[in-house]
Amino acid sequence: MVPFSGYSLPVQYPAGIIAEHKWTREHAGLFDVSHMGPSFLTLAQKSGDPARDHAAIAAIVEPLVCGDIAGLKPGQLRYTLLLNDEGGIRDDLMIGRPADPAWAGTLYVIVNAATKHADWQHIAGAAGESAALTRADNCGLLALQGPEAVAVLETLVPGVTDMGFMTYASFDWSGTRLVISRSGYTGEDGFEILVEPEHANALWTALLADARVKPIGLGARDSLRLEAALPLYGHDLDDTVSPIEAGLNFAVSKRRREAADFPGADRILAEISGGLTRLRVGLHVEGAPAREDAPIYDEAGTGIGRVTSGGFAPSLGRAIALGFVNPAQSAPGTRLQVSVRGKLQSATVTALPFVPHRYVRKASS
Amino acid sequence: MTTRFTEDHEYIRMEGATGVVGITDYAQNQLGDIVFVELPALGKKLKKGDEAAVVESVKAASEIYSPVTGTVIEVNVALTSEPGLINTSPDAEGWIFKIAPDAPAELETLLDDAAYAKHTA
Repeated sequence: MVPFSGYSLPVQYPAGIIAEHKWTREHAGLFDVSHMGPSFLTLAQKSGDPARDHAAIAAIVEPLVCGDIAGLKPGQLRYTLLLNDEGGIRDDLMIGRPADPAWAGTLYVIVNAATKHADWQHIAGAAGESAALTRADNCGLLALQGPEAVAVLETLVPGVTDMGFMTYASFDWSGTRLVISRSGYTGEDGFEILVEPEHANALWTALLADARVKPIGLGARDSLRLEAALPLYGHDLDDTVSPIEAGLNFAVSKRRREAADFPGADRILAEISGGLTRLRVGLHVEGAPAREDAPIYDEAGTGIGRVTSGGFAPSLGRAIALGFVNPAQSAPGTRLQVSVRGKLQSATVTALPFVPHRYVRKASS
Repeated sequence: MTTRFTEDHEYIRMEGATGVVGITDYAQNQLGDIVFVELPALGKKLKKGDEAAVVESVKAASEIYSPVTGTVIEVNVALTSEPGLINTSPDAEGWIFKIAPDAPAELETLLDDAAYAKHTA
């Protein structure tokens, strides 16, 4: 067990990180991610008109992020970024619009553990009297990830098979309400399930009772997300890194680009037009894993950046890394070097993700 | 055959005049899956406590220190392709390097079985 943002989390279960990692890629892994920051932001004065109430709550959040929140369809979840005035990333987060019109005027907002207190203060501060932020981090948040996750969850919660990637909905289970999203942090199909605290143990136990499910610790969570090239806040992203530097251009929604109405828009739009000084890339590393802060050099030995997260990729049987380099040296196939314990090792820029995503999209989502 | 241990969880097992060095079962269990091993150079002279090798688990790199002063006379090249031997067989196939100690009496400064068992209790 290790301390993590005020929580105590298992790095690994007895099976070990590699076995847990591979199990998740082949079957279904169960993660306790209750340390994260689920919350709900609800309009103080609802009109009763679902479209109007959604527009009103979206208008409160949009000045803080670069995503199109107004344009969310009912039941849709979007990955977006909380930005500072310089266009740096305060946090990466998910924002969802409820499927049920009765809940219109509320957003489901899930932020990172280490940043949740600052994020909530920031969001609540911006909302002022017009909306109320309700923390749900007293609840359990369980992630069930992997190709067999859908079949497993369907046996407990009929109907989840019909959900598309990046949608969420409420379901009844065993006398309690679950908020289930089809999303995750592994690159696999899967679900994240918010459950009332008094039912969290029962849900964990019920999921683990299925032979296709094994518990997965923080170590494999990191190696899975690294292979999927999903950034980790505080490592690959911080308050100096912009969405464009991080290669998260998709998170700057088209409507928001055209309106240029998000924090740091000047810098971010200039970067989209080519004024970029660093870019997040993936590296295949030869030999020992290059870990966070390992310097990156070009073939001539000139320093061009540093690794922000790196390690061993169990699915590939090799070392991989994410890092920032000069954009001129960011094309896949570019040969670079990394320094590990003072020795230079070959590295090659690689298209991301390292391991293909296997999300399940539905025509309607 | 004498085996001695360091407080950092290396073992050295004397086979004649040669010391076989690796990490203990306790250590491999703490580190988890080993994915990479950086071996010392053949012929390298090491002082007791010098960094001799590095083992990398999925999560972190750990230095392996020489239990005694001496010269590296063999390294376990099998670990290059199969670093996991350290997990499956830490005290046999998962040995890391062999050293010719300058002063075999130096072993007596290390922990014996009973002292190491107490150290890891």
